[in-house]
Amino acid sequence: MDSISFASQLFQYLITGITVGSVYGLVALGFNIIYNSTEIINLAQGDFVMLGGMSSVFFVSVLHLPLAISIILAIIFAFIVGALFERVAIWPLKNANQVTLILITLAGSLILEGIVMLIMGKDPYTLPYFTGSKTIFLFGAAISPQYIWVIAISAITVASMSYFFNKTITGKAMKACSDNPFAASLMGIPVKKMILLSFAISALIGAVAGAAITPSLLMEYDRGPMLTIKGFAAAIIGGLGSFGGAIIGGLILGITEALFAGLISSGYKDAASLAILLLILFIKPQGIFGKE
Amino acid sequence: MSKIFKNGLLVFAAIILSSLIFATNGYSKKKPYVLGADFSITGRASFLGDPEAKTVTLLVDQINKKGGINGHPLKVIMYDDESNTTKARLNFERLIKKDHVIALFGPSLSGISLAVIDLAKRYRIPLISCAASYKIVVNPRTGKARKWVFKTPQSDSMAVEKIYEFMKKKGIHKIAIITITTGFGASGRSQLLKYAPKYDIKIVADEKYGPKDTDMSVQLTKIKGSGAQALVNWSIGPSQVIVTRQWKQLGLSKQMLLFQSHGFGSKRNIKLAEGAAEGVYLPLGKVNIGRILPASDPQKKPIMAYIRSYEKRYHQPISSFGGHAYDALTLLVDALKAVGPNRAKIRNYLEHKKGYIGMHGIFNFSPTDHNGLTKDAFEMVVVKNGDWAIAH
Repeated sequence: MDSISFASQLFQYLITGITVGSVYGLVALGFNIIYNSTEIINLAQGDFVMLGGMSSVFFVSVLHLPLAISIILAIIFAFIVGALFERVAIWPLKNANQVTLILITLAGSLILEGIVMLIMGKDPYTLPYFTGSKTIFLFGAAISPQYIWVIAISAITVASMSYFFNKTITGKAMKACSDNPFAASLMGIPVKKMILLSFAISALIGAVAGAAITPSLLMEYDRGPMLTIKGFAAAIIGGLGSFGGAIIGGLILGITEALFAGLISSGYKDAASLAILLLILFIKPQGIFGKE
Repeated sequence: MSKIFKNGLLVFAAIILSSLIFATNGYSKKKPYVLGADFSITGRASFLGDPEAKTVTLLVDQINKKGGINGHPLKVIMYDDESNTTKARLNFERLIKKDHVIALFGPSLSGISLAVIDLAKRYRIPLISCAASYKIVVNPRTGKARKWVFKTPQSDSMAVEKIYEFMKKKGIHKIAIITITTGFGASGRSQLLKYAPKYDIKIVADEKYGPKDTDMSVQLTKIKGSGAQALVNWSIGPSQVIVTRQWKQLGLSKQMLLFQSHGFGSKRNIKLAEGAAEGVYLPLGKVNIGRILPASDPQKKPIMAYIRSYEKRYHQPISSFGGHAYDALTLLVDALKAVGPNRAKIRNYLEHKKGYIGMHGIFNFSPTDHNGLTKDAFEMVVVKNGDWAIAH
């Protein structure tokens, strides 16, 4: 192949946009789970992604465990870190206001980054591809199999989260807490426990995303804040608190960036995604799927 | 009351004792030569400052073990600016006004260097910067060399010219460039654009990406359709590994050669690229490739000595950046040896120094050139079997 047709180029941009967008979507999903139960914007959300990637790397390259086991361990580890984070940093402050709590999550983000930097250093790391690195060619576009994994894992995560929140008792209880914590506590739902769970689950989702992207996009200790910003933008576009909105918001952001970079200018693609964010805030400040 | 009295007595005794120790020391040796240094040892640029500081510590120990400079022990007062411009300025003011050092070297970053060079002029003190931008040694408004400021790293223009010279030899005249939107990438891009006509090269695609971007397949897809014969990537950090991988994955490797900037010069990058880096070309300072230099190269011996002692002491490979600090410090030591601790004489000596064999090249300074290097301070290298090899 010596050149590439316009249609293939467009297809390539879309695939990239969807992959990057689903990662943004997963970060946004984590934001929403915590926001729903506590109304806190968790600024350490991107660092949970970094933690998932880096702890997988740790299990694979330092402890020499097989990839699948390492990733499962990394996800469990992130779940525990998320729970600990809530217990140590959020739970003791009974009557703190929103801003204080948000600042605490920012501190949490810096601490996580610092610890990972001390243990793993400042170099970027990679993981083996889940299923080989042989590129798939489809309609003239080259697709890394890892991208298909990222998209599939995002879809599975979203499906299992919506099952959890709509069909299981615990999930429904968490939803009830977000609707009205006082009424929920009167119905015998342990609200504090649900908040603990929401942090643990967000960390888990972050870790899933982190483990999925590390093989193709590498991971280093300070990747978190960028993911937090993009994920937050995705959550705002989709509507804070809406799960479907998180994924849609992520995809809109990812695809806009890819198309803008491909068709107009790669230097200004972040400006394009921020313009989309401003546009949505202007037309529908509560986000596409946000409640009035 | 008695307790305070007892404590006071203790402190008094300590002062007497320590001054006695100092005094005896002072009598037995000549007065030390004190140099001042500032690096970004921590913070975002710590990957520069850390090896620089380690190199300085190593060299000072080696020099003093060999009896110092003409019998004077060497002392380097080194501060960390935490990659912060304000902090760096305070450090330099302190080195000049409080520590009364003879000459200065560092800092690690171009931006920080530009913010402190006026101090060298104001206090008439020689400064050798370890950062790359040509603006550090040349006043861009007048085009003249800054009187008191020198620098040891090669300029990006030299890396660009080395790449273009190689391309011309290979018959390449249509290229695509992709650069990171940081100071390093923007400066590299402007040099790539500036020197292309001189080497009869046409830039058919000019793409960019952000410092924290993790996917460049969009930009590379666009480049794929541009008909370029070669691709030049200008960045530092993990992004250059991702570009390398996606160049392979997207099938660009079948259409065009990939050239990286000198920022790619760490073997970790080859490993992280997982085979995709095979056949990547880049210009490297000779200090990075000491082991594969021919024995006839005059730089081989000092480079190998540096590599061995650094690896022995720190149990990690040397980096290109430590080499810049090596060159700055040894140049100052050479000047001190020749002219003694006189600021104006040191400056004058450095300005006329010729044929100085350093880690990053053979320096030939002149009143108009305070860097003293040419594009031949770089060697074109290709990745072959997971290691560097000299490209022909």
